[in-house]
Amino acid sequence: MAPLDDLYREIILDHYRTPRNRGELPTPPAHRVEGFNPLCGDEVTLYLELRDGRLADLKMTGRGCSISQASASLMGAAVKGKSLEEVEAALERFRRLMTVTETRLDDGGEPEPLDVRSLGELAALAGVVKFPVRIKCAMLAWTTLAQGLDEAAADAP
Amino acid sequence: MSSFNPTRVRADVPLLHRQVHGRPIAYLDSASSTLPPRAVIEAMDRYYERHHANVHRGVYQTAEEATADYEGARAAVARYINAPGGAEEVVFTKNTTESFNLLARSWGASRLSPGDVVVVTEMEHHANVVPWFQLRDSHGVEVRFIPVGDDYRLDLSHVDQLLEGAKLLSVTGMSNVLGTRNDLAALARLAHDHGALFAVDGAQSVAHGSTDVARDGIDFLAFSGHKMLGPTGIGVFFARRSLLEAMPPFLGGGGMIADVRTDGFTPATGVARFEAGTPPIAEAVGLHAAIRYLEGLGPDAVEAHERELTRDALERLEGDFDGRVRVVGPRDVVDRGGVLSLDVEGVHPHDVAQVLDQHGVCVRPGHHCAKPLMHRFGLAATARASFGPYSLTRDTDALIEGLGHALSLFA
Repeated sequence: MAPLDDLYREIILDHYRTPRNRGELPTPPAHRVEGFNPLCGDEVTLYLELRDGRLADLKMTGRGCSISQASASLMGAAVKGKSLEEVEAALERFRRLMTVTETRLDDGGEPEPLDVRSLGELAALAGVVKFPVRIKCAMLAWTTLAQGLDEAAADAP
Repeated sequence: MSSFNPTRVRADVPLLHRQVHGRPIAYLDSASSTLPPRAVIEAMDRYYERHHANVHRGVYQTAEEATADYEGARAAVARYINAPGGAEEVVFTKNTTESFNLLARSWGASRLSPGDVVVVTEMEHHANVVPWFQLRDSHGVEVRFIPVGDDYRLDLSHVDQLLEGAKLLSVTGMSNVLGTRNDLAALARLAHDHGALFAVDGAQSVAHGSTDVARDGIDFLAFSGHKMLGPTGIGVFFARRSLLEAMPPFLGGGGMIADVRTDGFTPATGVARFEAGTPPIAEAVGLHAAIRYLEGLGPDAVEAHERELTRDALERLEGDFDGRVRVVGPRDVVDRGGVLSLDVEGVHPHDVAQVLDQHGVCVRPGHHCAKPLMHRFGLAATARASFGPYSLTRDTDALIEGLGHALSLFA
């Protein structure tokens, strides 16, 4: 098992103690989407405002463990204001980062450097994959975002 | 007088000899699953190496031995819970949850009509809640809850109203979140005075004190092998003989029939009617060994040992952290078992458990499959530490050290 510092990086603790983009947006125009992790009671509610092919604004509320809440905060900071293509790309990169591969478990090695660089601050969450039970905590905000984008696209006129 | 010695019990449990993260394991998750002593593991090994065959079928030597082992386990369970009608009142299931499903789907579905009332409590495990809601949806049964008071004990102030017209009162022997023990004999009297039958979820109570269905007036009892030092994959459903004989089969298939024709089937008589398919034979052998082991320790001695550990832990958890660690459960150790649900200020239970893991401490974070109770106290989750016969004060020492670390990390 990896040391605890791999999980609780300073950036993660910072985003947990001081979460970014907290709050609500009026719906509509924003789309509201809730995500739950029934096993541990983590919850995230996202308010997504899509405009001109961009995720123009985003706010969130929620409660849960440090990993779920820090991941949500880091995600908001990474995707707010980005084009929907860029958001989708970030989602895909994050999913790959959270995928347990056999080699990674065998040697406990770091994920591919390219992945990490392209993720910016999100790379702080790379250590989560060494604690497989916590992956669902880190993924909560992201799966909620994916669901919200799908719903918003379906709602669009 | 038993010669109970927790250090010797610890030596008997192989898993407690290992280290995690370079520290001795401090296993504080016995409410989830207990750790089997070597006697249980060896009994199952011996069974597979010497006696294994399918039961109630072959007439060759090992088939007779396997059948004798399996039925011997049933007799041991009957003795352990003091079933007045003996082994004919003991059905083997997969676990407590399956036992409750058997109760609801067989007794409940055949005996209850729309508008009939089943009363449970706010401190039940989902196993004693969801099957009754399923019966509500399929048969129109009404489900009522006895509330839990601010003292973390059942609030019986309106119990007569709640039991009005009830056909069944189904209650846990001990809460898997709060540690609260319920007065089963008194609740049985209440149920019977109202014309209701009395069922008990014994999952948390059977290994941590004596269980006596005859003394307490219990009509139905459900529990699991792996929460009483036995293996996973085997559970028990006890019902008084007159009730069991009137119950239709729940699962259909091999072993549970007297005859099958092209136009239908006739179920077997006795407990075989409820044991469709090849049963968990090796697990029954393991459960038998676990019962022998527990009887050797003495249920009262185990209860007293865990009570002392709980008293000490309650004092230290409340004293060492300036109120930043709250125990969600009764403060006193009267009618209370060794389950300590912790609410740590500013630290989510999953983070508490993760930091504790680095100290070798095994606790369970989450809602503990008791969401009505969590809603009652406005909690999403707790970090739960729970004792077993092999627990020692040094496990509490590791818990306290780890909690200090968690508090400092997230402060």
